[in-house]
Amino acid sequence: MIRLEKRPQPSRLWTLLSPILAVLLTMVVGGFLFAVLGADPFEAIRTIFWDPLFNPQFAAYSRPQLLVKAGPLILIAIGLSIGFRAGIWNIGAEGQYIMGAVAGAAAGLALYPSESPLIFPLMVLAGALGGWAWAMIPAILKTRFGTNEILVSLMLVYVAESILASVSSGLLRNPEGMGFPGSRNFREWEAAANLEIFADTGMHWGVVAAFIAVIGAYVLMARHIQGFNIRLSGEAPRAARFSGVNPARVVIFCLGTAGALAGLAGLFEVTGPAGQISIDFNSGYGFTAIIVAFLGRLHPVGILLAGLLMALTYIGGELAQLMLGVPGASIQLFQGMLLFFLLGVDVFTNYRIRIGQGVAA
Amino acid sequence: MGQPLLSLRGLTKAYPGVVANDDVSFEIGRGEIHALLGENGAGKSTLVKMIYGLVKPDAGQMEMAGSAFAPSEPAEARRAGVAMVFQHFSLFDALSVAENVALGMETPAKTRDLARQIREVSEAYGLPLDPYRTVGTLSAGERQRVEIIRCLLQDPRLLIMDEPTSVLTPQEVEILFETLRKLRSEGTSILYISHKLEEIRALCDTATILRLGQKVATCTPAETTARELAEMMVGSSFATPAAKTTTPGEVLLETRQLSLPAPDAFATPLRAVSLSLRAGEVLGIGGVAGNGQDELLAALSGERLAPRGTIFFKGGDVSRMGPVVRRDAGLLSGPEERLGHAAAPNMSLVENGVLTAARREGLVRNGFIDWSGAARFSERVIERFDVRTPSAQTAARALSGGNLQKYVIGREILQNPEVLVVNQPTWGVDAAAAAAIRQALLDLAAQGAGILVISQDLDELLEISDRFAALNEGRLSEARPVAELTIEKIGLMMGGAHDMEVADAQP
Repeated sequence: MIRLEKRPQPSRLWTLLSPILAVLLTMVVGGFLFAVLGADPFEAIRTIFWDPLFNPQFAAYSRPQLLVKAGPLILIAIGLSIGFRAGIWNIGAEGQYIMGAVAGAAAGLALYPSESPLIFPLMVLAGALGGWAWAMIPAILKTRFGTNEILVSLMLVYVAESILASVSSGLLRNPEGMGFPGSRNFREWEAAANLEIFADTGMHWGVVAAFIAVIGAYVLMARHIQGFNIRLSGEAPRAARFSGVNPARVVIFCLGTAGALAGLAGLFEVTGPAGQISIDFNSGYGFTAIIVAFLGRLHPVGILLAGLLMALTYIGGELAQLMLGVPGASIQLFQGMLLFFLLGVDVFTNYRIRIGQGVAA
Repeated sequence: MGQPLLSLRGLTKAYPGVVANDDVSFEIGRGEIHALLGENGAGKSTLVKMIYGLVKPDAGQMEMAGSAFAPSEPAEARRAGVAMVFQHFSLFDALSVAENVALGMETPAKTRDLARQIREVSEAYGLPLDPYRTVGTLSAGERQRVEIIRCLLQDPRLLIMDEPTSVLTPQEVEILFETLRKLRSEGTSILYISHKLEEIRALCDTATILRLGQKVATCTPAETTARELAEMMVGSSFATPAAKTTTPGEVLLETRQLSLPAPDAFATPLRAVSLSLRAGEVLGIGGVAGNGQDELLAALSGERLAPRGTIFFKGGDVSRMGPVVRRDAGLLSGPEERLGHAAAPNMSLVENGVLTAARREGLVRNGFIDWSGAARFSERVIERFDVRTPSAQTAARALSGGNLQKYVIGREILQNPEVLVVNQPTWGVDAAAAAAIRQALLDLAAQGAGILVISQDLDELLEISDRFAALNEGRLSEARPVAELTIEKIGLMMGGAHDMEVADAQP
């Protein structure tokens, strides 16, 4: 008989090992998936994980893309991880990301065509505020009326998408765009453009913000009393109240931080890689960041690595679509598998397998 | 009364380290309401589990209506006519009453027939209940009716009820008693488990009293005073403590008519609790578990805020202050539940030290935690209180209960509180360590701190307290000097029979 036995304390080895094992399992099962789809599994895995970085033909284009894609994922995932550590399940980062982009873009466009150097900082501030405000809706509903933040934050994603569709063909539409939906292109407006800081690296201000967020989150969670209180609230809510932690304040802080960081990610995206507010500028980063947060063990450094890995699957996935003709959905399936295996393998962090007859209960 | 329905002879059941039942014998007659009376841990639950087939006795026999009875599982006990209503209900909130009843039956009838049966039984016994209501919408009293009706549909010969009134309002208690009396008149026997003296005297024909796993007596409660019952239940196993000479200082902690509603269905409201604690004094608060101990601690620690003007610390009103402010002022506390309340299970001992000592021990500077200082503090607690742990970095949940208890109590004591409120400070701790914790509490009092000890261990309270009060259903009796107390007085204070003394006095 096989049974699971709870470990006296979480295994450190498995905490580190389980993401690696999850990646390997995803590769194996993903390989089967690609084989069934008629592609050579080894070639498919190589195309996803190796070619974007080292293929002489594509690497020059795809290496900078790594940071471009990883930046927003890391920025959002860092915010989410802080809440997840406290047991606050904000899964509406996609909505906060959209609203940050909309608010930031709107603040900039209101001043078009000024070339003041204050335009971009103002937009960054407005972006953070937009995401923060959108996250305050579930936060206030939760602390005031005890609503479930999972449902509220998720539903607000769809509201945000509707607002995005409305403003990109209405309020924020480019008046010189010949009636096409979408705002002015920020890349062509120097005061508001978020361009590469170093040529051909993919490094833009959003990536810088992501690195700062990684360091800030590390210091917060490991050294600061506020981070301690957040972890305590997640581990043992009753002990947190006994310690003197105000649960409502933790909710407000965690959702607010996640919202602000997601909003920043959105602003950096529309002013940089996406270039403009359009109906579909958001590419699901807010949802993928949930996988990144868990894959990174809710730890800032882990999230940094997981963000890069997930960016790789995005780029490699596109490459695989192009080169091998596998459907786009199979890439999403591939990413989903990663989370699935991680959660499965995670059992071994807290439990170990015992084989044989146990003591009769 | 003729042949008894169920007779128990020499039932014994031992668990590692404790004999839960030691040679218990008594008989339950037909059509009799038989009370099983005893403090928490007296062995009532184990005894009942043996009758219901959940636990196998180590020794002894049972006889049901003259034939041998040794159920190996509850289904067998049910077939023999034993039904049980547990203290905690096993109902599915999302299902209807009828569906829940069907789930508990071996061969359930069709839902429509079952609903009709439920209606019939509920009307016959005065327990109104709609079979199609969703259980999630029912009150605690109504949920209990579902459990009772589920039992009654089996036509039991013996109905076991485990502390049935603990979740009921007084009105619901009256309805329940009517039902039980009606069942008795139809010849059903009832084994009624409780520690509430008034109920037992009002309802039961016979009472068997257990203490520390042994039967003390079987008596007729109507002919026994509450005083005698309480004395038998509490026992006189402890020595009368020597009179203490105390020089109480100024009043440090005071509550004035502190009332707080129950936070949830299974909690107890606090009702007009007034106490005062002086410097250098140990005030012991006794009482059976679940009478407001946790709630009193939460109100004093600041986890639950109290109405303005009810809690005073060193003369200042702290009723609306949270735990952090009260700790800063010198009012510290240690809750009963170690894992999840006093300590976070998955966090290390060092982190659990920061949990309450962050500010008083100066472990936080400009918001940043001084982890090496925190480790030093934890190591001091570990050394001073002999906490057996591989290291200070070990997770709290990896420690044995007694060792963790030493850690969480030591953590508060080493912070030099001016007032320390502790609930069950030596629960689960071995004798030597318990003595060390008590001594540390006494030393703290000798240095001029006020100590409030909430405990279910009477010996402990009498050993260390200067004054003693008891909690009963959220009410606190007047505190009396321990030196003036007798066993009868303590028993009556704990059983909540202080109202009853009046009743006894009137012929």
